[in-house]
Amino acid sequence: MQTLTNSACEGCDLNQASNLKKLGVNINNNDFVVALAGNPNTGKSTVFNALTGLRQHTGNWPGKTVTRAEGGYSYNDKKYKLVDLPGTYSLLSTSQDEEIARNFILFGKPDVTIIVVDASRLERNLNLVLQILEITDKAVLCLNLMDEAKRLDIEINERTLAKDLGIPVVPTSARFKEGIPELLNTVHQVASGEIICKPHRIKSVPKKINKAIEKLRLEIEKAFPNVPNSRWIALRLLDGDQRIIEAIKTGEFITE
Amino acid sequence: MKTNKILNTSNDLRWKIGEGFHDKLTEGIYADAANIAQNSVHKKGNKKRFRFDRSLDKIVTSRLWGFPIMIAILSIVLWLTIIGANYPSGLLADLLIGNAYPWLKSITESFPWWLSGFLVDGVYLALAWVIAVMLPPMAIFFPLFTLLEDFGYLPRVAFNLDHLFKKSGAHGKQALTMSMGFGCNAAGVIATRIIDSPRERLIAIITNNFSLCNGRWPTQILIASIFIGALVPQSFAGAISTLAVIGIALLGIAFTFLVSLFLSKTMLKGEVSSFTLELPPYRPPRFWKTIYTSIIDRTLIVLWRACLFAAPAGAVIWLISNVTIGDSNIANWMILHLDGFGLLLGLNGVILLAYIVAIPANEIVIPTILMLTVMSASIAGVGEGNGVMFELESVSATGDILKAGGWTLLTAVNIMLFSLLHNPCSTTIYTIYKETKSIKWTTVASVLPIILGFIVCFIVAQVWRILA
Repeated sequence: MQTLTNSACEGCDLNQASNLKKLGVNINNNDFVVALAGNPNTGKSTVFNALTGLRQHTGNWPGKTVTRAEGGYSYNDKKYKLVDLPGTYSLLSTSQDEEIARNFILFGKPDVTIIVVDASRLERNLNLVLQILEITDKAVLCLNLMDEAKRLDIEINERTLAKDLGIPVVPTSARFKEGIPELLNTVHQVASGEIICKPHRIKSVPKKINKAIEKLRLEIEKAFPNVPNSRWIALRLLDGDQRIIEAIKTGEFITE
Repeated sequence: MKTNKILNTSNDLRWKIGEGFHDKLTEGIYADAANIAQNSVHKKGNKKRFRFDRSLDKIVTSRLWGFPIMIAILSIVLWLTIIGANYPSGLLADLLIGNAYPWLKSITESFPWWLSGFLVDGVYLALAWVIAVMLPPMAIFFPLFTLLEDFGYLPRVAFNLDHLFKKSGAHGKQALTMSMGFGCNAAGVIATRIIDSPRERLIAIITNNFSLCNGRWPTQILIASIFIGALVPQSFAGAISTLAVIGIALLGIAFTFLVSLFLSKTMLKGEVSSFTLELPPYRPPRFWKTIYTSIIDRTLIVLWRACLFAAPAGAVIWLISNVTIGDSNIANWMILHLDGFGLLLGLNGVILLAYIVAIPANEIVIPTILMLTVMSASIAGVGEGNGVMFELESVSATGDILKAGGWTLLTAVNIMLFSLLHNPCSTTIYTIYKETKSIKWTTVASVLPIILGFIVCFIVAQVWRILA
């Protein structure tokens, strides 16, 4: 069902997806690592399948993917490794699936993180988006299930959203392969540095807390100048996250 | 030293901020999310679809209708599987065993007898049996199950069962892992990763085996068709067999609750943790895609696994029935020694030996039993020789063999119970070890169900014999 060319459009030179080669599980010598994160049941696995040509089983229930699934694709002569992370509502607690997702984004340092959200339930999904944006700078918002949003008469202004979040926003309906070419291109641009993200940072916290975060952040940066997510580490330290305290002790963050 | 300084500072700051850092941070995130959503999301008036979702949810998760609907859906799926699998199964058996087997026999004629016996009678026949018996029900059951999954029904099941799990001291998400177990217990065990608390996760892992897996569905269906279906007139046979199988499946669910309760009161004491479960929107499943992926992903992969285990098991069966100690072959010797214990449980030595041989894969229990029965009871005119698995033309012919082997209705009922309550297959055991990294819990998960199986079969056999 997922052959390389389903229609005349997919084979056309004008279609950006024609530069796409689905590599399946062949993920050696990749140029970029891309993570797929998002709430449960937003269609991450469907996006994953559309990009890699694999047929990771998809299902309509939260928690379907509990392990990391990996696959590959090549686009514009660059090879990408795509990692499908378990869907989570937040990165702040400690169940194993959340930890897999959190640790990969934090320690695996993907070149781009595609955050898949359900367009018809954007507000609820944004909680996780904001947490991910605390960890990584390089992200693309995949506004998936646009077909469902349309059916529910929900309109989303992608430009405002992109501006507020500080990352590119691509509307898709992965089930119907809509928006995948645009997504590929945007991921490519972020990975290659053509698009520089300025991600949103959590603002609505009391001043006292903000000050504490800032103070700790500076100290972390002094100790580990190369760490890209000092603010997140500060947040987690203040929350007493054992895994992060451990990582500070072992210096896991220094390795580039 | 730098790191120590950081940790010290963070400790100091944590004291200064005091309690509620986590909550304030979460509140902050929610406030920001609300702000951003307000700027970009525009909802128009029409909310018809929402209402449809909600009214459907009101029915399928209602106190009154939730359970009947669940059981009805399960029944329909099983009934379609039982009715629909009959014809293609016969066709496959005809093809693989009626036609291909004699042909293979003839081209291996020049081989030494032990080699052609080992390969064709042992390995090939086991494979053919597994394919003929398992492929049709799986090719019907899995797509149907996947369609329900894609539609979004599973989380509603979790919702319905949540309070029962809570009462059993287990996690509500166990309903989801239990449902996965109905496909494959190894998959169900991996799925328990969605449960946060280690205590509740262990309960979910240990009790997953009480979900009948696809290796056991065909056994249940076949035995029910032969023995239970035969109790009533032909026209009701399908319905009655379905009911019997559903009964066993529901009993499995009951055991899930009972054993969860037992574990949470004894070995795994602790608080029940709460969780939020999002009821996802109903989505129209993409029919053909679902059929295609579930056949490729699940049916063929599971079938491949079954074949992988069936081939060597077929070889082992052939070996134990052709290698002799003294004046009897190994199989006969073992059957003889297991018979006493087996009869005590309302089973027999053949069944117990079949379960030992079939530890790698539940799928081959029935063919093994048939073969061993014919061999040990020396039924004339059936089968091709020692250790040769065979297929009979009809379900009733299979029944005749079993009855000739001394089977009664009690044997049939008890083998259905024992098929539900015995040790998990070796893949599942290995998966449990990988997930728990504990020999202790792997042992508990493997031994507990079989002890239960012994107890239940024993009680049923004794009561049955007193009443009969």
